[in-house]
Formats: sequence, C-alpha cells, structure tokens
Amino acid sequence: MEAKIVTEDLNAYFGDVHAVRGVNLSIPKNKITAIIGPSGCGKSTLIRCTNRMHEVVRGARVTGKVLLDGKNIYDADTDPVMIRTKVGMVFQKPNPFPTMSIYDNAVAGLRLNGEKDWKILDDTVERSLKLAALWDEVKGNLAASGVSLSGGQQQRLCIARALAVRPEVLLLDEPCSALDPIATAKIEDLLFDLKDQFTIVIVTHNMQQAARVADFTAFMYMGELIEFGDTKVIFENPAKELTEKYITGRFG
Amino acid sequence: MRAPRSRLTFSGRTSTADRLFEYGVLAIALSTLILVWGLVLEMTIDAQPAIYRFGPGFLVGAQWNPNTEMFGALPFIFGTLLTSGIAILIGVPLSIGIAVYLSELAPPWVREPLSFVVELLAAVPSVIYGLWGMYALRPFIAHSVEPFFISFLGWTPLFQGNATGLDKFTAGVILAIMIIPTVASVSKETMRAVPDSQREAALSLGATRYETTRIAVLSYARSGIFGACILGLGRALGETMAVTMTIGNANRISWSMLDPGQTMSSLIANNWGEAQGIQLSALIEIGLVLFIVALVVNLFARLMVGRFMKAVPMTGGGL
Amino acid sequence: MKNQLASFAALACVVLALVPLVYILFMVVKTGAPAISWEFLTNRTVGTGGPGEGIGNAILGTLLLVFYATLIGLPIGLMTGIYVSEYGNNKIGYTVRFFNDLLANFPSIVIGLLAYALVVNLLHFGFSLFAGSVALAIIMIPIVANTTEEALRMVPNSLREGALALGVPRWRTVLKVILVNGKSGVVTGALLSVARITGETAPLLLTAFYSSYWSASLTQPVASLPLTIFRNYNSPSKELLQQAWGAALVLILIVLSINIGVRLFLRNRTGKRKVVKSWKQRLSLRT
Repeated sequence: MEAKIVTEDLNAYFGDVHAVRGVNLSIPKNKITAIIGPSGCGKSTLIRCTNRMHEVVRGARVTGKVLLDGKNIYDADTDPVMIRTKVGMVFQKPNPFPTMSIYDNAVAGLRLNGEKDWKILDDTVERSLKLAALWDEVKGNLAASGVSLSGGQQQRLCIARALAVRPEVLLLDEPCSALDPIATAKIEDLLFDLKDQFTIVIVTHNMQQAARVADFTAFMYMGELIEFGDTKVIFENPAKELTEKYITGRFG
Repeated sequence: MRAPRSRLTFSGRTSTADRLFEYGVLAIALSTLILVWGLVLEMTIDAQPAIYRFGPGFLVGAQWNPNTEMFGALPFIFGTLLTSGIAILIGVPLSIGIAVYLSELAPPWVREPLSFVVELLAAVPSVIYGLWGMYALRPFIAHSVEPFFISFLGWTPLFQGNATGLDKFTAGVILAIMIIPTVASVSKETMRAVPDSQREAALSLGATRYETTRIAVLSYARSGIFGACILGLGRALGETMAVTMTIGNANRISWSMLDPGQTMSSLIANNWGEAQGIQLSALIEIGLVLFIVALVVNLFARLMVGRFMKAVPMTGGGL
Repeated sequence: MKNQLASFAALACVVLALVPLVYILFMVVKTGAPAISWEFLTNRTVGTGGPGEGIGNAILGTLLLVFYATLIGLPIGLMTGIYVSEYGNNKIGYTVRFFNDLLANFPSIVIGLLAYALVVNLLHFGFSLFAGSVALAIIMIPIVANTTEEALRMVPNSLREGALALGVPRWRTVLKVILVNGKSGVVTGALLSVARITGETAPLLLTAFYSSYWSASLTQPVASLPLTIFRNYNSPSKELLQQAWGAALVLILIVLSINIGVRLFLRNRTGKRKVVKSWKQRLSLRT
C-alpha cells in the first residue's frame, strides 16, 4: 500500500501543552483513513499538522517530520500556503463565506488567489459541486447566498470549495458532528465516491461512522497513536487492550 | 463588550508576501504613533523659552500680561477646574439618571432610538453649542437663573457679581450638556453589563425597582460609573470652543461663578492669532499643562472603566 | 412611592437632556434659514458685513479640509486597525493599541498644537489648508483605527481558518475575506469620523486660520464653516452674525445627516443579518 502522508516522530505543542506525542503514522493513498479517540486525544491537532494549520495558532509549534509524497512539508524552503492547496481541509462547523454566493464560495480558493478567467471558474464550479454531490440541488440558483443553504448542504459546499483547488489530500475534522443523520449519510456516501481521486483522512468521535466509512482506522489516546490498521481488524480484533476498551465503550 | 481577539498569528516560516504585508502595515501604524508622540516632544521644545524663564512658578503665577511679559498659568488652571467641576456637578447626576432610565426602565422598543438621540448630543459641533450658548442659554441664565443665585446665595463668595451670563457658570452648564452623552453612554453600558442574576437576587428579596437598581445595579457598577464620570471630566477639561464663547475671557482668578474667567484651552483659542515670542511659548506651555492633566485624567478613567468590564472603544464623545 | 418618584426622576433627566438638543436644532434652523439663499451658498465671505456676502468659500474650505484629512487619516487608521486586530496579539500590538487609545482622547486644541508644531514650525508651511488637514487627520486616525479593529474582531475565526485552509496567503485573507466581512463596521466608523472632523474648530484656529477668498491651495490659509461661526458669533454687524447662523445651519445639516444616515444604514445591515439568519435570503451580496 502506497503511503501518501507519513509522519515521523511528530510532536505538536500548544505552548507547554504536549498535544501530539511522537506519532508515527502512514496514511495510505487513495483510501479513507479514520482517526478516532476520546475528546482531547489530539486527533484534530494531528491532522492540522499535516496541512500546516497548527502553527497558525499563537504559541503553537511542531517537531518531527511530515512527509507528503516523501518530501517533508516542514522543510525550511517549503511554503505553507502551497501545502494547504495540496492538503485541503473541511471543518467541524460548516463555514461558507457569508458575503459570497454559492458560486463564489465554490471557487473562493481560486478567486482569492487571483484567478479571473470566467471559463476556468465556471468549469471549476460545476466540477467541484458535482464532486461534492451538490450540483443538482443548487445548479438552478448559484447566485444564492452561501449561508442560505441547509447545514448539510453548506458542509458539502465547503467540501466543494476545498476540492476546487485540486488538493491531493482531503482532511475532514468531524465534518458531520453538526449535521443530522440524513445529511451525514449523504456526506459519507460522497466520501466513498471521492476516494478514487483523493486521499481522505477523517477525524471522528463517532465510531460507527469510522466503521462504516473508513478503510483504515487509527486510534489515538492522550496524544499518542495507540493502534493503526485495517478498520475491520481494529473493530473486530484489536491488538491493544486500550483500543478494545475504547471500542467497547468502556471509556471515552 | 469587546469581541474576543483572533488567536491566529503567524509564527515560523511564512511566505515573503505575508511578511511584507504584516511589517508594512505595522510600519505605518507605528510611524504614525511615533510621529504624534514626537510632536508632543516638539511641543515641549517649543515651550522651552517659557519653561526656562518662568520655571515651576509658572503653575502658580497669577498674572497674564503680554505687556510686561509676565505669564502664569494659575488663573487658567483654576478656570479649567472650576468649569469642569460645575460640569461634573450638574452633568453627572443627569447622566446617571439617563443611564438608569435607558438601562433599567425604558421599554425595549424605546431604548435603541432614545439612546441614539442622546448620542446625537455628542454629534453637535462644539462651536454650535457655543453659538447657542451665547444667544439662548446665556440670556436665560442671566435673566432667570443667576438673579435667583444672587438673591439667595449672593452672600457666598461663589455667587457674587453681576448676572451677565458670560461667566464660568454658563460655561460650566454648557460643558455639563456636552459631557452627558459620554457619561450616560458609558454608565449605561456598565449597568447593562451587570448580570441579571444580581437584579433577580434583589427582586426575589422583595426589593422594589428603585431599590433593586440602587442595590444591585448601581453599587455593583460603581467603579464603572465612576470611570465614566472621569471620562466625562477628561472631556470637559479639553473642551474649547463652547467654553471660549461663553466664559467671558477674563484672565484673572475669581471665585465667583458669576464672574467671567478663562480656561487653558480658551486662552489658547483666544490669543493664538496675535501671540509671538515669549507669549507664544507661554501659550504652548499652557497647552502642555493641559495635555498632561487631560492625559492623566483619561488614563485613570480608562483604568477604572477597563477594570470593570472589557474596555469600551473611545470615539470621542458617544458610542 | 419612592419607586414612582425615582422612575419619574430618571425620565425627567432624559427629557431635560433632550431639551438642549431640540432647542439647538430649532434655533439654528429658525435663525439660520433666513440667511440661506443661492447667493449665500456661493458667494465668498468678505468680512465687512456688506451685501452679497456668502459662505461659499467656507463650504469649499470645509470640503477640502475633510477631503485631505480623510486622504491622510483613513488609510493610516485602517491599517492601524487591521494590524491590531489581525496581527496585534503581542506586545507591539498592545502598545500600538494603547497609544492609539490615548491619542483618541487628546483635547482637540492640543492636537492643533501638535499639527502646528509639525506643519507650521517644522515644515514651514505656515497657516494652511495642509496644516489644517493634518490636524484633522490626527483626530481621525484613532477613531478609524478603533472602529476598524472592533469591526474586524467581530468577524468569526472560522472564516479566517476556512480561507487559510484553502491555501490563501494571510495577507489576501485579511484584505479579501476579513475586511470584506467587516465592511459595514469599517464604513460606519469612517463616516462617523468624517462627521466628527467636519465640526472641529479649535485645531483649525491654530493651523488653517481663515481666508476670505476662494482658495484651494494647500499652502494658503483656508476658510471653513466652523471658523466662520466663531469669527462672527460676536459680531455687532447683523449681516455677519447672520452669516454665522447660516453657516451653523449648513454645518449641522451636514453633520446630522451623516450621523443619522449611518444609523439607518447600520440598521439595514443588522436587519438584513437577522433576516438572513431566520429566513433563507436569496440575495447574497452584502455589498
């Protein structure tokens, strides 16, 4: 299995708080990897290290390496802005830009970076909204405000927005926790369709979701990576006792 | 209440464009502040001749005589303090009353528009206050208020003299009106910041509206309201035009409120055009004294208000 | 009983405070209106009280002063506000904000002295339009900086993160996402500061002085509405006094219409915001 992202002895800090401890993780290419664990275990922080969003918070720092296709994204000569176009992110609470229409939101990544060619923008809007399974629902009124959509639609719009910049990896940080079950199901179906083209990492506190959706699962606890493997194996026959305890609901 | 500040900053490796932008913006922000405070220094230098000649005695010198070139700041410090004092005495109770009404008593649909109208008081330019003060307030005070003072209180040194209306009292009244928007708005905000649980606690003990307000709101918000008053004082100290136009321009010390006087700012406003040489220097020194006094008062005020709640942005008069 | 009395007293305070406001407006309109005519608005002040005088040059002067002051003060204030809000979460940021807040409370005559020191003394410009504009700009900067900072702070962090995660560099995020989202607050602050400096008199006394002529030169003294009032308020000449009232009317109309206009504009924004949240609005652009 080819690895898309590999972390080597990754440690992340918020000031003195050691949030991620010596994590060595291999994210397989073109698969869906779920990261599960109790609240505060560092799973969100972990993925934010892979698109260099962690360092944006004041006092945050990172040691160790994160290799994207073999190259360390924390190299001195690497531009974090570039990394973020390659590794996209969708957040827990849908955050479309309120002053922009659906159209503008979808191509925000391109527009904000100066793209002006209408043909390219039009194509991108259609392509990414189709990828996000939102096209049919909104194609009649792309000028509507981005925030006029339902919660589930807004989240799919955010997915489309992230996909529009053609990332190679898509990180999703508990994307369905603010959504109802039907919207959640739509997004989970969407992820299945996307994994052929993208490598997907989804952080979730919902184990059933991980079991439904992910090819591989990583279990984190207190900043450490406890176990990683095939989802089936993790859920049916975990190697570590801690993992089993979490899976069976004895804590967290 | 202030919105929480963004936690996002950049540390570590960033793109050059980002760095350029951040430092460019910082450079402009800093250079402006450095410029302004540098000018304060320049102002001090301009005042040097007078500082040198009159020394610390300037602050207690009671003479202002361009002919003999003897200058002292005392009459004007006195005038400033007296008029500001009147402004506080009259303006603060009114402002607190307004704040109480707007915060506790007004029905919700009236609160917004009424607050706005009170704040409009701050929008009226000072010079128009002075104009109105001269032709509407002054006659009223001279004919209706001051004779009353003279007949009842004329035996005190505070109320001797003629009822011309062009005096410290009128100036004080106008200042009182001008500080109302500031003191009322900030007081209102501090009162609104008092948690409802306080009011509920008092009400559940059987307190009336009046008692609740007094016990639960006013005393809780005490320091904030005090800060608001100091803010108003700061505003009154620096006010120029309305005072200049109603105070009567007399460069001497007089305890009577019915006598004309002069404040530090009105002195500068009145004499700037013709002043030269040492007189100009002395005027600038007066400006320096005013600056320092206003600075100290405002710093103190911000401390008080800031301590009570997250600081309210200063927009120079209203909110 | 005490309750009633106290409530009544509080209401009385409000009414009492509003009396001057109403009285002033009433008096300015009543006394100033007769002076207004097309000639009045377009002739220049001569200062002798003869017939055919007007405040045209004072209106022009005020417009020019405000224009140049805004030209200088608005960008600086904006950038200061942007810095403090977006990058200022550190010692330098706190220092900038602190000194800026102090500046906001300088007495306006002291600001006149500062501008005098800079422009008239150091730069040898003399009493001039430029000096006056600098003074007004110094008044404007902290107001704009403060309102900008508040407006930008209200923009939720999720928008900043969303834009950054798309691979948009920080500076573009600030300009194209955050500033755009905070636009109404920023514009409100800018307009209110313009209204404020339009009415300022004391700093102009020390810097722009006065002129009875039509002048747009940066290096010459210039007339202004507030100074027209101040020069003539005491005048024994009925015509000159009338000039003062007429100027007062024009001035207060400008200042109040900005203030009320901004308030209506702001209400529209808040109204719209509520509408967007509770019903699904079709229109997107918040301008």
